[in-house]
Amino acid sequence: MHGLRIVFLKEILENIRDRRTLWSALLFAPLFGPLMFAGMISLILNKSVKESDEALTLPVAGASNAPHLVGFLESMHVTVQRVDYDDQSARRAIRDGKERLILIIPANYGERLTSAVPAPVYLYADGSNSNNSKYANQARQTLGVYGRIIAVMRLQIRGINPAVVSPIVVQDVDVSTPAGRALLVLGMMTYFVMFAMLMGGLYLTIDATAGERERGSLEALLTTPIGRDVLIYGKILAACFYMLVSLAISLAAFSICLRFVPLEQLGMTTNFGPLVAFKMLLVAAPFVLLGAALMTVVASFTRSYREAQSWLTFVLLVPTMPVVFAGLLSVRPSLPLMALPSMSQHLLMTSLLRDESLPLDYLLVSVLSTLFFGVILAWIAGRLYRREAILG
Amino acid sequence: MIEALALHKRFGAVTAVSDVSFVARDGAITGLVGPNGAGKSTTLRMLYTVLRPDAGSAKIDGIDVTEDAIGARERLGVLPHAAGLYPNLTGRENIRYFGALHGLDPASLEARVDELVRLLDLATVADRRAKGFSQGERVKVAIARALVHAPRNLILDEPTNGLDVMSIRTLRELLRRLRDAGTCILFSSHVMQEVSALCDTAIVIGHGRVLAQGTLDVVRSQAGAENLEDAFVALLASAPEIR
Repeated sequence: MHGLRIVFLKEILENIRDRRTLWSALLFAPLFGPLMFAGMISLILNKSVKESDEALTLPVAGASNAPHLVGFLESMHVTVQRVDYDDQSARRAIRDGKERLILIIPANYGERLTSAVPAPVYLYADGSNSNNSKYANQARQTLGVYGRIIAVMRLQIRGINPAVVSPIVVQDVDVSTPAGRALLVLGMMTYFVMFAMLMGGLYLTIDATAGERERGSLEALLTTPIGRDVLIYGKILAACFYMLVSLAISLAAFSICLRFVPLEQLGMTTNFGPLVAFKMLLVAAPFVLLGAALMTVVASFTRSYREAQSWLTFVLLVPTMPVVFAGLLSVRPSLPLMALPSMSQHLLMTSLLRDESLPLDYLLVSVLSTLFFGVILAWIAGRLYRREAILG
Repeated sequence: MIEALALHKRFGAVTAVSDVSFVARDGAITGLVGPNGAGKSTTLRMLYTVLRPDAGSAKIDGIDVTEDAIGARERLGVLPHAAGLYPNLTGRENIRYFGALHGLDPASLEARVDELVRLLDLATVADRRAKGFSQGERVKVAIARALVHAPRNLILDEPTNGLDVMSIRTLRELLRRLRDAGTCILFSSHVMQEVSALCDTAIVIGHGRVLAQGTLDVVRSQAGAENLEDAFVALLASAPEIR
């Protein structure tokens, strides 16, 4: 184990001095996720809160044809702009982006309304612009409310209970807890955490395998009286060290960043305190060995630093795939799934975020199976280094 | 002592080394000479255990390289053809890493590194990172790295590549001193002056075979030539290619 320690310490030292490794392992990867994440959520929250509060501005042509309707719109906090458009000029104004919306009330509106035949009003909007269609919907809803009020009044005048035209009423009952709701947003967090962890070991792995070969230091290293498998185990352990550091920084950054995100505005809370962050670290840590060994195995097939880089960035996606799938298909934790590395880490971390208790057998299966796959891959890496082709 | 016993090595359809046998004695400098692609590096790689011979064997101080590769490596100092350093480690740290891998204890390792820095005139590069080294500086540190555990046997693959005249002289002096102390030195070269200047014994290798071997006089007379360069050319011309 003497040789293992020496190789480990040397890789640690050499990579501390490598700016690229240090940047990606300790700064870029662990902080990129949390910062982008927090920024994204803040932006979304601010936007949706702002927009729902914003008063609708509605240019209305022919407002004098429907003074009661215009009065209602104004009572609903719609800013009515009296404008002068006909069909042609309204189309042009929308197409040129001069107006977002235009409501045209035709001259026969009042006459049709009083004779109880459907009275058309024309709402001009650009349906291909999703931003503007939101305003169109808001206007449509407000106009719909007005229409329903008129309908109810007409029924009451005729002595009919307005309830007869509403045979079914759908009531939404939202049973999600605040933490559960936040989870929809936080679901992708485990992805960032796993990604940061893998990035932490990426450059060290490339440098220790393809890089060492390309530089021509590998052959000399292989002439020392240390078994080739021991050399590669030492390198894998050094990658594990950096990955653990990345993982820890990433989780710490998340727990700090999320404090500044106004999740409460959407009725969400998150229990992501230091204790949960620490538990997540323990849950994710076994994957470090698997990730380091996997990257080493792939890198040892490549012929150059560049080739290793392009292959490994691809490999980075593989362990994060289950996270995406689980997110899309809303997979629930189950014992067999705990045997699936990366999937089990995602599910367990998500459970921690949900504030659910972790069954001990789930935890045990996850840790043991992940470590098992990690050891197998490390062993394969050791075997690969015994090949002569490793010299390139 | 380094012994090659009927070494064979093929890469796919190409026979790189065929039936190569020789002995490099202790206290002697043995030169392995041949043109580019003659099989010098492949032969040396089998001797320092990074390649396995397809047939035949090799012994370092009587230890078979295929049976006890680690034991053989303990007795070997090696300067491979591609002698890269770790760019983010200093010259001293590069040497120290190999000493540690050879199991030297920290105190004697420091003393040994200091000694090598003095012997190979490395004071200017010892505490700089290897990133900015010149080719010559790199080779000198790589040689120091090969010598760090004071090996009884030394294998150098084209050690004078990239060295200036002064460095070559320093290296020659060092190799002679090591020889006089009883070290077995085997080095390869395609430069005839190098071999004439340094070697006690020469092994001429071409097309993967040993064409002649012995003292320089023996090699010259075997080829019927005046000087070593002519002998070398004559031997190669008469050697059939093998495939």
